[in-house]
Amino acid sequence: MRIFNDQDVVPFRNRVKECAVRIKMGLVNQTKLITAASELGRNMLKYGKGGETLIEIVTRGRDNGVRLTFKDNGPGIADISLAMKDGYSTGRSLGLGLPGARRLVNEFDIKSEPGKGTTIVVIKWANG
Amino acid sequence: MEKIPILKMGPFLLVTIQVDLYDRLALSLEADLVQMVNKTNAKGVLIDISAVSIVDSFMGRIFGNIAGMCKILDAETVVVGMQPAVAITLIELGLPLTGVHTALDVEKGMKLLTEKVNIDTDGDEPEDDDNNPV
Repeated sequence: MRIFNDQDVVPFRNRVKECAVRIKMGLVNQTKLITAASELGRNMLKYGKGGETLIEIVTRGRDNGVRLTFKDNGPGIADISLAMKDGYSTGRSLGLGLPGARRLVNEFDIKSEPGKGTTIVVIKWANG
Repeated sequence: MEKIPILKMGPFLLVTIQVDLYDRLALSLEADLVQMVNKTNAKGVLIDISAVSIVDSFMGRIFGNIAGMCKILDAETVVVGMQPAVAITLIELGLPLTGVHTALDVEKGMKLLTEKVNIDTDGDEPEDDDNNPV
């Protein structure tokens, strides 16, 4: 799914919820996953000028999970460890988006190259 | 563009968020609400989020902003009806919503607002004529 304005985030969140419900994820984990999706979607919009998302159901042994990929072609992040710090923001926000989203999911992977863009992949396990 | 309705109820404003919030809608609610507080001379604002399934850092910040702006305009803000899963997520996200009063449901929120406004206006016992909670 493409996210290019703030209204696109709403159907994206709904699709994420559908997938989470399909693998019988509990309500608290669902809420955490959707909140993380909302944070990362907004980041992509704000700093990467929008991009593509991918929602997949993944399996690990007997556990199912939802994997979300956020890919933008924005300016990229020069210092990822700084961007992952609580309270750090280059915009005028709270600086909770990336570090907060990482706390809400089970697996978090970020790759970024200045000038090329940023790709973030997160996984939330149904029983994670 | 859609709008979230703001209802006037005595000295208070009542907002029930029934739709999925996106950033621009939240921002316009913030602006409308502060305008309404100024226009109606409201003493309290009650925001019901019982139908909201997620609150992320942006919406959390908006609630904080609304409470702060209303405070400067001499109105108290109470956020009511937060779902437990949303509370768990907010804390894990790192957003404790400091400065925002909360109550479990609309009734308790109204009671809290009435108490706060009465204490602020007369400094002694709550008066029972026009601010009576229903």
